[in-house]
Amino acid sequence: MLEARSLVKRFGAFEAVRGVDFEIARGESFGFLGPNGAGKTSTMRMVSAVSQPSAGSLSIFGLDPRAHGPEIRGRIGVVPQDDSLELELSVRLNIEMYGRYFDLPRRVLRERTDELLEFARLSERADSKVDDLSGGMKRRLTIARALVNRPELLILDEPTTGLDPQARHLLWERLYRLKREGVTLIITTHYMDEAEQLCDRLVVMDSGTIVAEGAPRELIGRHSSREVVELRFGTDAPEQMQDVLAPYAERVEVLPDRVLLYVADGDDALRAVHGSGLAPVSTLVRRSSLEDVFLRLTGRTLVD
Amino acid sequence: MATRVLPAFGSRRSVRLFERNFYAYRSQWLMFVSGFFEPLFYLLSIGIGLNHLVGDLPVGGRLVSYATFVAPGMLATSAMNGAVIDSVFNPFFRLKISHTYDAVLSTPLDVTDVALGEVWWALSRAALYAASFIVCMVLLGDATSWWVVLCWPGALLASLAFTCVGLAGCTYLRSWQDFDVVTLVQLPLFLFSGTFFPISLYPGWLGAIVSVSPLYQAAALLRGLATGQFDLLMLGRAAYLAALGLGGLWLAARRFRAILAP
Repeated sequence: MLEARSLVKRFGAFEAVRGVDFEIARGESFGFLGPNGAGKTSTMRMVSAVSQPSAGSLSIFGLDPRAHGPEIRGRIGVVPQDDSLELELSVRLNIEMYGRYFDLPRRVLRERTDELLEFARLSERADSKVDDLSGGMKRRLTIARALVNRPELLILDEPTTGLDPQARHLLWERLYRLKREGVTLIITTHYMDEAEQLCDRLVVMDSGTIVAEGAPRELIGRHSSREVVELRFGTDAPEQMQDVLAPYAERVEVLPDRVLLYVADGDDALRAVHGSGLAPVSTLVRRSSLEDVFLRLTGRTLVD
Repeated sequence: MATRVLPAFGSRRSVRLFERNFYAYRSQWLMFVSGFFEPLFYLLSIGIGLNHLVGDLPVGGRLVSYATFVAPGMLATSAMNGAVIDSVFNPFFRLKISHTYDAVLSTPLDVTDVALGEVWWALSRAALYAASFIVCMVLLGDATSWWVVLCWPGALLASLAFTCVGLAGCTYLRSWQDFDVVTLVQLPLFLFSGTFFPISLYPGWLGAIVSVSPLYQAAALLRGLATGQFDLLMLGRAAYLAALGLGGLWLAARRFRAILAP
């Protein structure tokens, strides 16, 4: 339902998106993973037919956004990073007014708004002013608002940034429901766990390019070991650890605050490290995550 | 981009933004009402108060009372002040603070619809205020001719010019601090644009500068309409205001696109 070929976005001399290719199928949950400034938001704005590509081709629902912007936007729902809700309007009116932008009749909107408030678990707050809602409620309202036109494609830019764990899980659960109902989702995030939870397939973006593409597990299998041992060594500069620890792992990654050992079996490796007389202050054995994939591909950590 | 803006400017969807503003202001009726009274207070204080102190003034070839002279100037000023609220202050907030337009542009509406929708809203308010002001002029006896009804479309034309220029101007403001600049433009325009006294009192060169002021052109146009003294110059004034309106709208849409959908 969406196809991008050599997509480029330039702002003056700065190239925010440098020729990316991707395809998204109907019903799929597709993720854009990358740190701030990777070009995710610029890509989202093109994909939601708001800003025009500088070069390359983009087809959404088989239509060219240059010529069919309003028609495409009519079939998309967008959940922006900052909720940009109408603070002066009530919760209910936020949804109803948004529906008016899609030319939906008031009678239809009244009914649909009730359903959406139910979906967003905001029925009790229907007449509250938006200003009085918590962060999680605002985000749920933004999602409800984005669903008012019954979109075939829902685009979420950093949907859970700034939310507490409980609010995140409630939001994820709502997004699962949408996915089950067949809505195609595009999600940008810099949270690994979110990408692993929600995305069938994702691309890792860095500096305006796509550095990897695949299902989360597949990417981990391709670019990382099964397990990771995290070691912390007090105040000592860990630089020289690279060589010391090399024999114990497939790959050693030295970060400013810790050393990562990429291994098949974490407990085995940890025993070997301890046996060699090294005494890390703290240790952690865990499964490889997308964070490790990102580190491998770009040499940098995701969350700054 | 510019080539895209002109041929198909906006659509009937722009009405939705008008509707949005209507909903947003429903709870702020006090502000709505204040818009009626502000120019009326000017009319009462300056018209009635100064009318007895200042003698008659020439308009066209005729002498008229000071109240009759000053009322069209107040009407033009009210068009300007209304436009500052509706096309500078509020759109700035929606553009840069609340990001309302960002949300709107994710729907079928386009930047040209947003710009046009704000113009519909500003003009609708201006139409109400101008009508009530003209009724007051008649009731207070400041209108000397029934041609005064033409002040209504005249005031709308002035509002169009101020609204569109204001809408373009608001895109250049960076923060609330920059509103000092708005005041710095607004206040001298208000005081020196032939609203309170004829610009023939200025030395020739200064009069020439002032005559560029849209407020002067609007006041002069409305004065001619209110007293029923027409001349060809008024066509020029109307054309000047219309050109400001169209030029401002074009620039506003261009700037909106550069900011909202780069």
